[in-house]
Order: sequence, then C-alpha cells, then structure tokens
Amino acid sequence: MREVAIIGVGQTDVGEHWDKSIRDLAVEAILAARRDAGVDRADALYVGNMLSGELAGQENLATLVADAAGLLPIEAFKIEAACASGGAALRGACLGVASGAHDYALVVGVEKMTDYLTDGVTAALATAADADYEAGFGVSFVALNALLMRRYMHDFKVRHEDFAPFSVNSHANAALNPRAMFRQPITAEDFIRSPVIADPINVLDSSGICDGAAALLVCAASEARGSRRPPVRIAASTCATDTVGLAERRDPLVWQSVADSARLAYDRAKVGPKDIDLFELHDAFTIVSALSLEACGFADRGSALKLAAEGRIARDGDIPVCTLGGLKGRGHPVGASGIYQAVEVVQQLRGEAGAAQVKGAKVGMAQSVGGSGSVAVTHILRI
Amino acid sequence: MKPARAVGIVGYGAYVPRPRVATRVIAAAWGKDDGARLPVQEKSVPAADEDTVTMAIEAARGAVARAGVDPGDIRAVWVGTESKPYAVKPSSTIVAEAIGATPWVSAADLEFACKAGSEAMQAALAFVGSGMADYAMGIGMDAAQSKPGDHLEFTAAAGGAAFLFGPADRALATVEASTSYVTDTPDFFRRQHMHYPEHGNRFTGEPAYFTHSRGATHGLLESLGRRAQDYRWAVFHQPNPKFMRRIATEMGFTEEQITPSAVVDRIGNTYSGASLLGLAAILDVAAAGDRIFFCSYGSGAGSDALSLTVTERLAAARDAAPAVRDYLDRRQAIQDYGEYLRVTRAIRLL
Amino acid sequence: MELPRHHRMRRTLYRLEGSACPSCAGRFFPPRQVCPACRKDGLRPFAFSGRGTLYSFTRVVQAPRGFGSLAPYAVGMVRLDEGPLITAPLTDVEGADLAIGTPVEMVTRKVKDATDHGYIVYGYKFRPLVRPGPA
Repeated sequence: MREVAIIGVGQTDVGEHWDKSIRDLAVEAILAARRDAGVDRADALYVGNMLSGELAGQENLATLVADAAGLLPIEAFKIEAACASGGAALRGACLGVASGAHDYALVVGVEKMTDYLTDGVTAALATAADADYEAGFGVSFVALNALLMRRYMHDFKVRHEDFAPFSVNSHANAALNPRAMFRQPITAEDFIRSPVIADPINVLDSSGICDGAAALLVCAASEARGSRRPPVRIAASTCATDTVGLAERRDPLVWQSVADSARLAYDRAKVGPKDIDLFELHDAFTIVSALSLEACGFADRGSALKLAAEGRIARDGDIPVCTLGGLKGRGHPVGASGIYQAVEVVQQLRGEAGAAQVKGAKVGMAQSVGGSGSVAVTHILRI
Repeated sequence: MKPARAVGIVGYGAYVPRPRVATRVIAAAWGKDDGARLPVQEKSVPAADEDTVTMAIEAARGAVARAGVDPGDIRAVWVGTESKPYAVKPSSTIVAEAIGATPWVSAADLEFACKAGSEAMQAALAFVGSGMADYAMGIGMDAAQSKPGDHLEFTAAAGGAAFLFGPADRALATVEASTSYVTDTPDFFRRQHMHYPEHGNRFTGEPAYFTHSRGATHGLLESLGRRAQDYRWAVFHQPNPKFMRRIATEMGFTEEQITPSAVVDRIGNTYSGASLLGLAAILDVAAAGDRIFFCSYGSGAGSDALSLTVTERLAAARDAAPAVRDYLDRRQAIQDYGEYLRVTRAIRLL
Repeated sequence: MELPRHHRMRRTLYRLEGSACPSCAGRFFPPRQVCPACRKDGLRPFAFSGRGTLYSFTRVVQAPRGFGSLAPYAVGMVRLDEGPLITAPLTDVEGADLAIGTPVEMVTRKVKDATDHGYIVYGYKFRPLVRPGPA
C-alpha cells in the first residue's frame, strides 16, 4: 500500500445556508479544493453524508454530487457512518489511492440540516443510535450523551461546570476562524447559565444544527511532489467499531472504538500521544471531548477535565484541541465534520491558520466518531 | 349456579395508576366550588403512557405471580372494560402475549358497562368449572371517560383487578356459587362515535343499580340458604360511596364487612374495575375460612354475585404482588385542571 | 405503522426477552444471534426479571418526532439484576427522587405518541418500585 497525501482543501462557511442546497454546498467545496490544489485530476469521488436520505429524501447522493460538480462519469460512492461519515469517506479515499486503484480522489463531506424542523432533525440524528432499542423508545442522541455525562459526574465526582473549559476553548478558537458558525467567545458563566436540553446537558454543551461542506483532493504521495501547496501526508487512516447500543458496551464510559482506532493510528504513524501537536477531536458534546481525550491516551480515566482546567487544551497548551472551533464552535454539519477536521489539520500544518495558528505544528490528529461512540475514524497527518 | 368441578381464585392482581386529581380542582374549573359536598376527595387518573391495556397487564402479572403457575397453562384471558384502546382489536391478546399465555389461549374483550369485569370472571370460572381448562383469567379494568363539566367527572377513575381461576385445591379462595341477574335497562350508554357516555341521572339509581344489585344478592343468598351475617366480608359495585353503603345496609351487611373494599372512597369509581378492585382489597386482608360475598353492577343492566371462601393458601401467596393499598398509597397530585386535561388527552386540536 | 416490525419485537417489548449463550453462560439484552462475548452462535431466548438499579438518568425536553405528546419524559440506563445494562424510558417519576442506584422494576407502557388513529406501540419502561424493600 502506497502513501497518500492531501494536496488541496476547500470548505464553505458553516451556518444556516438558506440559499444553498446540498448540491450547491458540495460543489462549492469541491471547486475550492480543486482550485487550492491547482490540479484538475480526479479518478474517484467519495462523499461523506449522513442524513440526505432521511431528511431530503435523496439517496444516490454521490452520483448527484458528481453530476452537479461536472465530474461525470467518475466512479462515485456515498459512505455513511453516522456522524463519522466524513472521516469514513476520507478512509475510503485513502484505501482507493493507497491500493493503487486511483491516483487522485476527491473527498467531500456535506450536510444540509436547516431546511427541516427541529423534531424531524432530532429524529433523523437518532438514526445513528439503535433504531429498535434506543431511538424507537424516544431516546434521543442528546439523551444518550446526557446519560453518560451524569454517570461520569457521579463516578469521578466532578460538577457540570467543570466541563465549561471545553466549550469555552472551542468558542475562543472559533472566534478566530472566518468559516466558523459561532464567532463570539463565551465565558464559563455563560456556560453555567445556558438552558438545559436533557439534564445535565445544556445548549453550550452541544453542537447545533447547521449546513456546510468541506472537501479534499488526495493523491498518491509520489504524485504530490509538484503540487501548488506543500503536500500533507496521511501517516495513518484507521477505523474501529463497537456496539451501536450504548448500554451494550463493556463500559459505557470507555469509548473502546475511539481507543482502538487511535491505537491503530499511533502504530501505523509510529507516534504516541505526546507527538501529537493538535487534535481535532469530535466535540459534539463536552462529555465526548472528555471521553475522547481519555480513550486516546491523553488523560487517565476520569482525568480529562483536569487537562482542560489547566489550559493544556488551548492553542498554546501541550495538547491543543478544536483549534479552529471544533464541532462546537466551527459547527457540526454532521456528515461533513470529519472533512472539516481534516481541512483544519491541513491548514494548521501548512501554517495557514491565521490568528488561530498552533505554532510549529507538524503532526495533527483528526478523529470522527459516529453514534454514541460506536464507530471511530482516526487520521494522523504530518507535514 | 355451581360449576361441575370445584374451582376457585388461584391468583389475583390489582392496579391503580399513580396520578390523582383532587375533585375540588375539577369543581373550581367549572365554577362549582360553592361549598357543595363532593362525592369523593380525589380520583385516580391514568398517566400519559397508560391505558386499559397497560393497567390490565400489570394486574394480570400480579395474578400470575400470586398463583405461581406457568402462564403457558392459562387457557383464557378475558378483559372486561368500557375503555378499550381499540374499538376493533382485542386488548386481551396484548395482555395474553405480555404474560406469556399465548398461543394456546382463548381471548376476547367483554363489554357490559361496569360489570364487564365480573362477566369476565363468570366466564373464566365457568371455563375451569366445566373442565375445559385448568386456568382462565378474568380482568376488569377501566380508564373511565367522563364528559368535562358533567357530575360523573368527579368520580370517573382508573384502575381494576385480574383474577385467575383454577382448581379449588390450588385456590386462595374457593367459589361456592354464582348468579347473574340481568335485564335490558338503559340507564347509561355510549354510542360508538360518542366520546362520552350519556346517563339517566336518577334513573341510574333505584331501577338500575339497586334493582339489579338487590336481585342478584337476594337470588344468590336464597339459593344458598344464607344471610348477610354468614359472611365475614362483602363487596358491592361502588360508583360512589353512598350507593354501595345503601345496598349493603339494605341487604343486611354492616359497615365493618364492607370497609376494606371501599376503594371508591380513596380513588373514585373505576367502572369495570371497581367491584374487582374491592374484592382484591378484601383478599389483601382476609383470613383462612372467611366467607366473602361479592356483587357487581353494570349499567344496561345487571349484577353478578359470587360466594367465596378463603383458604389456607391465601396468607402465603399474598406477598407475591403489591396490595391494593400499595397502589392507593403511591400517588402523585395533578396540580391543576389544565394539567388534568393534558394528561387525559381531553385537549383536542381543531 | 411498521406493524410487522413491532410484532416481531413483541417478546422483547412485552417480556424483556434477550438472549442466553449456552457456550459461555453470558446473558444479553437485546437479543442477538451471535454471542458478543465468545462469538459463538446458537443463543437461546432468556426473559429478564425486570428488576435492576438505575445506572444513569436524564430528562428529554426536546423530543424527536413521534414522541412529542409524551414530552418531557425521563430516560435511563438500568443495570439489570442479571448483569446487562439496558437503555429505556423511565416512568412514574414525576415528583420522585431519582438517584444513581435507585432500585427500579420493568412495566409495560405506551412507548410512542398514541393518536386516535394508528397502531399503539407498547413496550418496556422502568419505574421506582411500588413496594420498596425485598419482594
């Protein structure tokens, strides 16, 4: 298997795009990635998306995007892995290029959520959970994470306000990202006073409903030497699964799929947690940030909040997370997030992150998680 | 009427939902709070996720637990109610499935206003008494509907009980005999597409409730050569605290004999469940050898009467399921009439 | 209305039926074909008692479509006495003091919006014990 590199990135703003459809967003991101790469080649298109069928009644999405982007008759697939669809699409593209099947592959993550009423979107997001034994009982996604958060607080004797630094950090970084949905920093006080959605989770614990698309042009590393921007190598691309049902985990507070995917990625890239200069983790909820840091070996079980409290997750800390806002601040257009994460790691490694730059970043990790920790896709990028 | 084979109640289970609404809250909503005496202080209301089926399932589970039988041996589940969730589709099959009695089981829903439950009991004891089955269950359960603003709203409540009949040598209380006294008397009815029943006001009293309760009670006592004093306990249908006491007194029963069965005083009238719940409350306190007289009433109209004798087995079996008082004591007050309307789905979007 | 689907699930919905593995004596909920512990097949139906303790709980305010009429409602994870963990709605909890460790028992209730038309889905929920103390 040959090495894969990213030679072009593109993204739309994340927000409520009343004037743009799902195909408009996807095409905008693809065109931006191709312009950034300065290369017109594409042998395959991988589309990461979770909800087009459930919300828009549109399956066959990859073909639709290929058509709209002027890429016919390119081979094209939609890859779905709930909220990890973006990461999974990149994994697919890596397999395609690494195996030699394609020399160049376009990957686009796209999600259109704001056309629909909240109760419909909530029900659609719950399709990531177990339809028969979780969603079928009205157990929403937020409810599953709330169950985890309450148990975590009980087991490790922490308070809800101790999670504030994750949200504060994401918003502080998002304020410096012109593409982010939320551009206002928040305080710990704002966090504490935010309205409850499913206790103990409140609005500022959670990422919101939004639209967006991000794209990458990947190619064989050997082809990348003449590219316009410095190529970023994909040192590891891994995926691991665990039970869909949260109650069926060996220990619901240990996200084993995250741990397995991360461990495999460290092995392949020949690095350890201390070598990671920035981590675009899947901060859909603050509890997920804590569980991700623990499962990836950055903190011991029950200690992730200390990391945050000590400022170590800030851009100038030893494990910066969500450096351009993360899912919370930049936004979480679910199937697209995994690609936004990869785009942002590339921007950081290239030194193009502007005011949000992590100094001297050489190795970055992006991790996309689907369901309540049921599937994790991890990429380690290096320049 | 005596069955060909000696039978009895081998298990019983009750259910009353947790939410309660004070009748003065209802009175205040309709401007009736002018000091008029309300028949009961509060009544039971099913929670938003409850209905006759869910309540019947719980009562049936209690009956199976007390009986200690394999539910696969139950050959009939008959549910008597006037608040079936489906006009067509039996509630009884859901109950039978939930307790594990399917597929070798008879099942149907019965309607006879407030005596649908005792009809189910008659049928169940006859099924066993004929030798066709060893175990058959009769359930009376209601989530009673009443028209907002009507005086029945003060008493129409939710709850009921399930009785599993089986061979007398396994019974907690044996059945000595039963009687049914029925005529066509239209004191209370509901047409298919009406939400709430109509009633004949004072016509529901003497010509209906009292004539039939008296008829069945007299009929059974005479056929057995017994008097009220021969019984330790008595249960009558209880649409309100007054009617049951009037008939009891008229038939020679004392307040002491009927007090434990007076569930209406605490939670109102549970319709098809009422006399059954009263019987369950008696079984919760009765001792071996006690005779129990039971007489239901249902509008339309008729009464079923039973003569029972408690066995040695009751004391040990009782604790296998919650007592009626456990359900009565478990309560959550509905705060106001608006919440009451919301919980009972009386608010309809136009 | 997905009638066949709910019918197919009836023993699990009504009687909390999961699976038992004859090879490794594991007990699992919900039912499975392949044992998650020893990976063998041949699992048999096993009906859980319905007794357990609260592992965690929360209250859903913003309900997904199909559950709006029951909102707000409580949801929990219960550690069943037989070992497995189960996620399920909680019921009869208004005004009750919930805590991690509260003993709970399974009851059968309406699980989705029940309108005037359409099939009613009944299924398992958990509530604080009617009778506290030993059964």
